[in-house]
Amino acid sequence: MDVQALRKDFPILKRQVNNNPLIYFDNAATTQKPLQVINAITNFYENSNANVHRAVHTLSLEATDLYENSRQKISEFINAKDWAEVVFVRGTTEAINLVAYSWGLNNLCKGDEVLVSLMEHHSNIVPWEITAKQKGFAIRYAKVNSDGTLDYDDFENQFSKKTKIACLSQVSNVTGVINDVKRITKAAHDNGSLMLVDGAQSVPHMAVDVQDLDMDFLAFSGHKMLGPTGIGVLYGKKDILQKMQPYEGGGEMIKEVEYSQGKGCSLSWNDLPWKFEAGTPNISGAIGLAEAVKYLQAIGMNNVLNYEKELTKYAVERMQQCNKVIIYGSSDLSDNCGIISFSVAGMSSHDVALICDNYGIMIRSGYHCAQPLHQEVLKLQSSDRASFYIYNTKEEIDRFVEVLKEIGQL
Amino acid sequence: MATIDDYVSRVEGTCGAEKDVIVVFKYDKRDEAIANILKKATVKNKIAGIIFELTFQDTSFRLYASGKAIFRSIKNRQELNNLLASLLL
Repeated sequence: MDVQALRKDFPILKRQVNNNPLIYFDNAATTQKPLQVINAITNFYENSNANVHRAVHTLSLEATDLYENSRQKISEFINAKDWAEVVFVRGTTEAINLVAYSWGLNNLCKGDEVLVSLMEHHSNIVPWEITAKQKGFAIRYAKVNSDGTLDYDDFENQFSKKTKIACLSQVSNVTGVINDVKRITKAAHDNGSLMLVDGAQSVPHMAVDVQDLDMDFLAFSGHKMLGPTGIGVLYGKKDILQKMQPYEGGGEMIKEVEYSQGKGCSLSWNDLPWKFEAGTPNISGAIGLAEAVKYLQAIGMNNVLNYEKELTKYAVERMQQCNKVIIYGSSDLSDNCGIISFSVAGMSSHDVALICDNYGIMIRSGYHCAQPLHQEVLKLQSSDRASFYIYNTKEEIDRFVEVLKEIGQL
Repeated sequence: MATIDDYVSRVEGTCGAEKDVIVVFKYDKRDEAIANILKKATVKNKIAGIIFELTFQDTSFRLYASGKAIFRSIKNRQELNNLLASLLL
């Protein structure tokens, strides 16, 4: 993998921030975009822009081809059995909300349980908490070990006849730990439960094969994998999606709206996946995401993961040499996916992030949308997070460590 | 007549258990904002030439050369606005 050549594809990496070369270590929040993605979006708007489906003119047919070919490309990327199992949504959050509202509200009731872990991002907690309050079902939280790894025994022991669905992130957005979702999916299925995997931090960084892992739902975001914001995917097994009610109503998701005087309208839903795509979709977003997928496939997802592991190992080793730096998460870096959370003793996480910003280094501070993990497991008010992607380099890590050393001396 | 909106681009509540407030100054006014603040607040410490630890009217805060300030223990937006008005105008 030629990182220096690849960096030339990312125009933003040429800019300076606060008179320093940009070092972008906030990739778990969102990634930068290569020219190929930017050009694909521009090309669509310059040459093929039209609304998709249900029109016969040339531009609409072109736009529809581009949009649906993007779906095909993405379904192949995750090895879905059928392209109709790929529903375009705004991102991971909307994908999980879609399941919580469309499947949850119609299949869960008082006495049922949803099983999640304490390491989940808020987007895999809040939709369940909201719908639980409406329907009266309970949410159980599986423990996380003090090093940020999943307590597999606790997760598996919490399955019962009441458990209708288990929800787990494949990679923690705080510690970067990779969870064995295949094992938990098997446990869920053995129990007769469905399995939802939050792939926001995994799909961009490793090969994810939905048929091999066998989860029922997989949610991920385009903007965390070089694609544009506002586009993401809900993968769902076809037989389950077919039984689900639409999430939103409007155009595109409907087949017939038949009016009878005195009776109102009788409705029939569109086929999968459009049943879940009400209104004009994010066409350029889907095209941009497919281009991002193409870009990642050209590198190879195993190369992506191996490179990130190499960067993470290097960064942890270097950061451990810094006075006052405390790193959270497992010491076994073979199961880490490019994310390091840390603190500098005696400094607030926001001060650390502001000082790094002063040197052109972008890191994140706070809860990272995982307040339960910070409060219950890590026992932290907040933390700093450096997260890497394919365009980051060891030289950037060296510069980051120099700044951390300076911070440690303040 | 100048207002704090002439200097302040955005006010962000920080994420985390600490309820800090970050004030981001407008890029083209940040040097002026920093100069105004340094004229009025008392410098307790200057760190690495990029961070100023300051106090003003019994409030401690940090000012960054990048044009951001972090305030702790601010009760509400009105208190922050009063403080910023006194510091900037």
